[in-house]
Amino acid sequence: MADPGRSEPFAVDRRAIVRDSLGVGIATGLYGVSFGAVSVAAGLSVLQTCALSLVLFTGASQFAFVGVAAAGGAPLSGALTALMLGTRNTLYGLKLAPLLGLRGWRRVASAQVVIDESTAMSVTRESREAARTGFLTTGLSVFVLWNTFTLVGAVAGNLIGDPRTYGLDAAVGGAFLALLWPRLADPRNRVIAVCAAAVALGVVPVTAAGVPVLVAGGVALLAGLLTPSATDSTELPGR
Amino acid sequence: MTWVAILGAGVGCYLLKLAGLSLPPRVLQHPLVERVADLIPVALLSALVAVQVFAEGSRLTIDARAAGLAAAVIALLLRAPFLVVVFVAAATAGLVRLVFPGW
Repeated sequence: MADPGRSEPFAVDRRAIVRDSLGVGIATGLYGVSFGAVSVAAGLSVLQTCALSLVLFTGASQFAFVGVAAAGGAPLSGALTALMLGTRNTLYGLKLAPLLGLRGWRRVASAQVVIDESTAMSVTRESREAARTGFLTTGLSVFVLWNTFTLVGAVAGNLIGDPRTYGLDAAVGGAFLALLWPRLADPRNRVIAVCAAAVALGVVPVTAAGVPVLVAGGVALLAGLLTPSATDSTELPGR
Repeated sequence: MTWVAILGAGVGCYLLKLAGLSLPPRVLQHPLVERVADLIPVALLSALVAVQVFAEGSRLTIDARAAGLAAAVIALLLRAPFLVVVFVAAATAGLVRLVFPGW
């Protein structure tokens, strides 16, 4: 993609991409504070909280993991829920692969930053160079800031005492709702959301903590089998 | 056990990302797979909201967290950013508990 004839317009374009990507990185990284605080409130240690941000590094899965832990669920249920939510990164990767054209160690190293934000900031680009710039700048800035602010949130969360006094247990529900909200623009998704919530609450009294959320995953599977493709499923949230 | 779950989920999530970059697109671009993968976050996030707010162990309950959720809905309708939504939910629940300590 090193076409000399295009290098000058790209230089201008590049600055804009880097600026936008850093903006997204900073905004997203700041959520790390809420994750850190919520995670220690759920009973995880500061070290475990930071490990989640480093090794999982995919926000919704991390919130799910600590959400299940907060409800008293087995860690395995939390891990399964996190993995189910992590499957969407596979789809992002499939869309990114031809755009980024990464091989060998670059691919292995880049895979960790295949997340909502880095995908959204690169799939709309017109050249490989622009896509890589958006992907790497967003991915790396989110990674650094998300992990830094996770630590800040976890340490602060530990200092403030009983998290319920500050409503930190309610923060988790708010965080999930905020993650879900953009997807509710689609009417079919609203139906799925209501069904999944109803099913999950329905099985709460009869199953162990953490299981209701996994059962709700079954609703998605069933709905996918039963409904024809009604919307453009390639659309990314946040675009 | 928590550590095993953290590392297991971490390795699993990484491999899911790497698989996306490595597999030939045809393998996972079956319409059914894409559809289900699109619906899974919706179903799981919605279930997580419900369970986080209305469940206490194996009991269903309405307490200060429901007030926090209502406040989060209002914040989202007003197009508040993520952090504000989370903060509003927590602050509302905290205030409700301050006024009605039993909640």
